[in-house]
Amino acid sequence: MGLYVGTKKGLFVIEDGRIGAPYFLGDPVSMVLPDPGEHTLYAALNLGHFGVKLHRSADGGKSWEEVAAPEYPPKPAGSADKTPWKLVQLWSLESDGKRLWAGTLPGGLFVSDDRGASWQLVRGLWDRPERLEWGGGGYDHPGIHSIAIDPRDAKRITVAVSTGGAWQTRDGGASWAICAKGMYAEYMPPEQKFDQIAQDVHRLVLCAARPEVMWVQHHNGVFRSTDDAKSWQEVTAIRPSKFGFAVAVHPKDADTAWFVPAVKDECRVPVDAKLVVARTRDGGKTFQVLRKGLPQAHAYDLVYRHCLDVDATGNTLAFGSTTGGLWLSGDQGDSWRCLSTQLPPIHCVRFG
Amino acid sequence: MPRVVFTSNLQRHIRCAESSVAAGTVGAALAQVFAEQPQARGYVLDEQGHLRKHVVVFVDGRRVQDRERLSDPVGESSEVYVMQALTGG
Repeated sequence: MGLYVGTKKGLFVIEDGRIGAPYFLGDPVSMVLPDPGEHTLYAALNLGHFGVKLHRSADGGKSWEEVAAPEYPPKPAGSADKTPWKLVQLWSLESDGKRLWAGTLPGGLFVSDDRGASWQLVRGLWDRPERLEWGGGGYDHPGIHSIAIDPRDAKRITVAVSTGGAWQTRDGGASWAICAKGMYAEYMPPEQKFDQIAQDVHRLVLCAARPEVMWVQHHNGVFRSTDDAKSWQEVTAIRPSKFGFAVAVHPKDADTAWFVPAVKDECRVPVDAKLVVARTRDGGKTFQVLRKGLPQAHAYDLVYRHCLDVDATGNTLAFGSTTGGLWLSGDQGDSWRCLSTQLPPIHCVRFG
Repeated sequence: MPRVVFTSNLQRHIRCAESSVAAGTVGAALAQVFAEQPQARGYVLDEQGHLRKHVVVFVDGRRVQDRERLSDPVGESSEVYVMQALTGG
C-alpha cells in the first residue's frame, strides 16, 4: 500500500516510509485519487497560468496521460447567477469503482463514466435555486470538497460545500436535498444561525462499515450524524479546540475518529504552537489528545481538509501540513513518525 | 502569413509548435492552431473560449484588448505571441 501526497510543487509517493521522486515537479497538485477498482491513479493539477488539468496513470505513476478536465457549460444569457461558470479548481475526487465524481470550485459536481475521458455537470444539484445562496469559504467562490459515497449503494451520495451546507442524493445525482439540520453557524447573524445553507462544513466523511454514521469538521465545531445525515449533533468534547479542517473516521468503527484542531478563524495555527491530533473512541463523548512524536514547540503547521487519512485497516494514519510536515502513525495515532518537515505545502494525503 | 508563437513555459506541459496561419483575428488564428494541436486549446482558453485569466496574447508587441471574443485584428505579417501573465504564478 502506498501513500500519495499532493503538494504545491508536485505529487510524492511514499512506500515503506520512504519518499519517492516527485511527479509533476513544480506543478500544484490539488487532489489525488488512487482508485483500486480501476487500478488507476488520478492527479488533478491546478496550473497557475494554464488551468486545471487531470492526469491518470495505470502503472502507479510511472507514466501519465492527460484526460479531460470537467468543463462548465455556457451560462445562459440573463442568468442571475453571479458565479462565473468556469472551472477554478478540482477540489475533491472519489470513485465508487465504476463512476468518478469530481467536486469543484466554483461549486459544480461532475461525474464521469469513462475514467475521466469525459465529464458531465450534475445539473440536479447545479440547478438547485439554493445554490445561488452558496458563498465562498476561503476562496472567492463556493466549492464541493467532500463526496461521501455509500459503499452499500453508490446512488446514495452526500456532498459538503464550503459554504453551502451538506447535500444528499439517493438516486445517483438526479435529485438532491440539503442535509445540514442541527449544524449552527456562530459567525452568522442570529436569524441565520441555523440556516442549513449558511453552514461552512470544512470536511465530511462517513464510516465505510456503518455509512449512516458521518462526521463533520465545521468552521465552528465538530458534528456527528448517526441517521444518514437526517440530523446532526454537536460534539463538544473535542479538544484542545473545536476549529480545524480535517477529519478521518475509522473504516470499521464508526465511534473512532481523528481531528487536527487549531486556533480558530484568522489565526489558524496549532494551539500553543503544539501540534496534536485529537481522537475519540466513543462517538465523541471523550477525546484523547495525541502528541507523541509530534512537534511540541514552535509548530505552526495547519492541516487542511484533505490532509489527514486513515488506511483500510483503520490502524495506519498519515497527515501533512501547510508547512511541509508529513507524519505517519501505525498505532491509530498513539505515536507518530515524522517523514519530512520540508516538503512543499501539502494539499492532500491519501492511502491507496 | 501571420505567425503564432507560444511561450516556452507552455512547451513544458505540451508540445505546441510555432505555426503560420491564414487568419484576420486573434480568435481565427488560434482556432487554426488548435485544429492542428487540439490539446493546446485548454491551456490557452477556458471552457467558455475566453483567454485564461493568467494568459496574455500580444499581437506585434501589443497586448490584445478583447479577451473574450478574441476579435483583435491580425495583419498579414503579424506575430501573435501567447505567453503566461505575470499574475497567477
